Amino acid sequence: MIENKPEPIGGKIVTKPFLVFSLFAVIAVFLIIKRFIFGIGSVTHLSDGYPWGIWIAYDVVVGTAFACGGYAMALLVYVFNKGEFHPLVRPALLASMFGYTLAGISIFIDVGRYWQAYNLVLPQFSQLYSVMFEVALCVSTYIIVLWIEFTPAFLEKFKKERLQKIMSRAAFIFIAIGVLLPTMHQSSLGLLVYIAGQKVSPLWQTNFIALLFLISAITMGFSIVIFESFVSAMALKREPETTLLSKLSAYIPPLLGIYIAVRFWDLVGRGKLELALTGGLEANMFILENLLYIIPTIILLSPINRSKPRMLFISAILMLLAGAVYRFNVFLIGFSPGPGWHYFPSFSEIMITLGIISIEIMAYMVFIKKLPVLPSIRHT
Amino acid sequence: MIDIFNKTNDASVERSKDLTSRGLSRRDFIKFCTGVAVMLGLPLGTAEKIAAAVTNPKRPPVLWLSAQACTGCTEILLRANHPTFEKLILELISLDYHETLNAGSGHQAEESRIRSMKENKGKYILVVEGSIPVKDGGIYCKIGGKTAVSLLEEMGSDAAAVIAIGSCASWGGIPSSAPNPTGATPAHQILTDKGIKTPVVNIPGCPPNPYNFLSTVLYFLTFKKLPELDDQARPKFAYGRLIHENCERRPHFDAGRFALQFGDENHRKGYCLYKLGCKGPETHANCPIQLFNDVGSGAWPVGTGHPCFGCTEKGVGFTIPLHAPAKLKDITPPAHFPDIVEDRGKGVTVAAAAVAAGIAGAAIGAGAVAAKKLGNKESSHESKE
Amino acid sequence: MDIKRRDFLKVAVGSGFLLAAGESPVYARPQKKMPPNAVGILYDSTICIGCKVCQFACKKYNKMPVEHTFRPPEMADRLWDNPTDLSDKTLNIIKAYKHGTGETKNTDTDGFAFIKRHCMHCVDPACVSACPVSALKKDPQNGVVSYNKDACIGCRYCQIACPFNIPKFEFDKAFPQIRKCQLCDHRFAEGKYSACCEFCPTGASIFGPVIELLKEAKKRLTLTLGEYYEYPVATVDSKFKLPQKVSAYINHIYGEKEGGGAQYLLLSGVPFDKLGLPILSEIADAQRTESIQRTIYYKMIAPVTLLAGLLYAVYRNTKDKE
Repeated sequence: MIENKPEPIGGKIVTKPFLVFSLFAVIAVFLIIKRFIFGIGSVTHLSDGYPWGIWIAYDVVVGTAFACGGYAMALLVYVFNKGEFHPLVRPALLASMFGYTLAGISIFIDVGRYWQAYNLVLPQFSQLYSVMFEVALCVSTYIIVLWIEFTPAFLEKFKKERLQKIMSRAAFIFIAIGVLLPTMHQSSLGLLVYIAGQKVSPLWQTNFIALLFLISAITMGFSIVIFESFVSAMALKREPETTLLSKLSAYIPPLLGIYIAVRFWDLVGRGKLELALTGGLEANMFILENLLYIIPTIILLSPINRSKPRMLFISAILMLLAGAVYRFNVFLIGFSPGPGWHYFPSFSEIMITLGIISIEIMAYMVFIKKLPVLPSIRHT
Repeated sequence: MIDIFNKTNDASVERSKDLTSRGLSRRDFIKFCTGVAVMLGLPLGTAEKIAAAVTNPKRPPVLWLSAQACTGCTEILLRANHPTFEKLILELISLDYHETLNAGSGHQAEESRIRSMKENKGKYILVVEGSIPVKDGGIYCKIGGKTAVSLLEEMGSDAAAVIAIGSCASWGGIPSSAPNPTGATPAHQILTDKGIKTPVVNIPGCPPNPYNFLSTVLYFLTFKKLPELDDQARPKFAYGRLIHENCERRPHFDAGRFALQFGDENHRKGYCLYKLGCKGPETHANCPIQLFNDVGSGAWPVGTGHPCFGCTEKGVGFTIPLHAPAKLKDITPPAHFPDIVEDRGKGVTVAAAAVAAGIAGAAIGAGAVAAKKLGNKESSHESKE
Repeated sequence: MDIKRRDFLKVAVGSGFLLAAGESPVYARPQKKMPPNAVGILYDSTICIGCKVCQFACKKYNKMPVEHTFRPPEMADRLWDNPTDLSDKTLNIIKAYKHGTGETKNTDTDGFAFIKRHCMHCVDPACVSACPVSALKKDPQNGVVSYNKDACIGCRYCQIACPFNIPKFEFDKAFPQIRKCQLCDHRFAEGKYSACCEFCPTGASIFGPVIELLKEAKKRLTLTLGEYYEYPVATVDSKFKLPQKVSAYINHIYGEKEGGGAQYLLLSGVPFDKLGLPILSEIADAQRTESIQRTIYYKMIAPVTLLAGLLYAVYRNTKDKE
């Protein structure tokens, strides 16, 4: 396969969608300022029963899983040596970088005593057996690693060839760490709720939660690569790399197969599967979540479907939704601090999340236009 | 003396004059009636009615039966100031028989009782003081050769109403304490057992507050019916609330300041007596409002620094150990406690729901449009280089 | 090269199984023991009179602010000046269970009962295990679970972890902290003890060494219904005792084993789940979680092995390309 070098695609930065996104961003920034002056309660519906809302469930847990594209591609290309997917790595990396960076920013907004956040790394305070400690440390390190992994794009842009050489020699270290860290924290994100014990519905609380989170994060990584490829192709009026993507999608059904098998084997083993048929929000969300997993698995089992862009796109969306719903279910729907408590995000809370997503998309748009990220166009 | 009791005047005007001649001005008299009305929780206009009732030329006859009692109830009546006891018995009622106060004695007294019962059949008020022994045929209390049980049966069946004064008559009192050697029984129980339907009012207390008794009597005279009673036949105006609710030491209870033993610093500071076994929280009575002997709060138990021992409450006074802590009554939830499950957290708002729905809609729409754009044709490897 | 890849896969799969290793009967982290000088509280719902002096004392001696009751409008007339639940302003609360007519105390049908809620001071606290910065710590001597605001980063993971929803966060402050009952450990130095016990008029809450409290609780379960028992007031070894009639107990000491045991023990005449206490297994969630964490990260062997494998694989694969 011919390697095509990534190139900046150029074009105007301030476009109509860019303006719409910046409106959301401005609202979010205003609300974030309000949060820092008047406290978390002034912009959220968080309570002592539901101390984590959509900022954690979406921005951090789902957001970083969406940002697993870089991880999944690195795993495929560098660990399993599938060089043909190399063109997909850098855009995936960029999305991961923003996904994780903004998750980091979200955590910073969400934690109450942010000015003491450095306590995490002070030896007198570090609590090594805390899942949160591991997640926090891994995520923050991974953000740095992602930026380092992405530096070649800057170096190419600004033509720092000597640095470029050093970087390419040392790259394998960061790539390896960049695979290790998500393996650790994407599994541990699931383990976060493990200590909540009976507060999480037995439909989701399981000894295998770490494994399930890890597998689903990888599938979400592949899905986001497919999704982003199609979306950016459409938005930039380029031909989608369907061939590559359909090859990539072939890895998904076995992974999801393992996921679904473990999920149901565990539920049946614990005798909790019948809870799924009790009706109510929890049970219905469980059914929805698993349908969202099973349908794309079935679609992608067929090689013909895999070669159809629409089918690929739809299954990618379904899998992303599945992962998102799964994570929402674990952290919010299936989480119950006890009778009497309820939570639904407030308007401001949603607006802040929307703003952060907007910033992410805006930054992505700027970067692909100004930096060598997307593979150069080989046709038209 | 007995003659004086039976003296009747012809017109109420004359009787009013008579009252005045005894040193009671019309003004003072109405004041007294108003006071009674207030105590009973009645509208002020009722004072006129009460006045009319007590100036009725025919003074209502009252018979007073003493059984197993210390006569403390009679004694406390002597300490009433408005009206004084002599006013009560000389002007307001016609006390035809009272074993302690009878001027005559022996057969003379018994005759008076029987005559009054005959003349006023169904109209007289019977006041019972003391508990009625029933063990061994009731031989432990006899008057004129008759047992208290038979006397009560005899007098109770023809009475308009029975007022059981004191804890002994109301629920047994001291004589009924374990092991209850005499089989001491409250009056209402004897009447119920004998099938006598005469209404009974209990004025428990050891001794009871005289005004609770006087007010009940005046209410009956005025309205020809008994005041509203609680489930233990106690008038609600006097026994409707717990001592704890109006206790002068209540703020100390709420703040957790308790006397731990008699004479300790906390006790001298006037702290709550709960830990010394005060039964105020489970005893219904108006002691902290009505107080005793018209001399301020220094004359009721808690005011003197002694815990209430629950004399008005059946199953508390003379039953629960003096220094055992009381169970709080009338806090039966829901009174002022949070539920086990309280509504907490903040739920969905219209704006948030709208935004959430908007995002979902936009996402689905965008996804659908994008999927449509992509087309369904298989990507052919040959279409590319 | 294929064989080598297989070897690597083995490592990867092995780690995967480690991730899933939880359901082993032997926990990688042993059960925690009660600290040697553990102190705690025994609460006896049957003799609690609901006077709320403990609430008052708690606020006074912990300098907690007044809390205005919030209730939905249809229930607003019921409580005026009393918090409805534990919060960042209320560390201790008396709640009432009521059923039907609510006439008889300590009865679950047509009765009522009180319950005093505050931190359980678990033997193996989930909050301590969860806290990434050791802001919540269990004292190795007296076992008090206390909070250090200078360490806390405000992530609220303790709130997620606690099965009793005890840690409370100041959502309405710009510089918030976690609030929870610390057993009045700031009063220990002056020879004082938990204010809620010191001021309890009936001895419903008594303070003392957990061993003594447990003995007392077990003794109470053997008492004859209806007889008088001299209940100690304020502390378990108090000379001040009040004779009170024994009412029926549920034959269970809540907190003895729940979630690995606690230093707050409860007795009641009404089933504990009706009083809002969760039904927990005897294995602490902290123990389960830390067992998984310690298995995966046992001496960092698995992550380091994985990293070595990754470094090798990535190095070789990127080199191939060059």
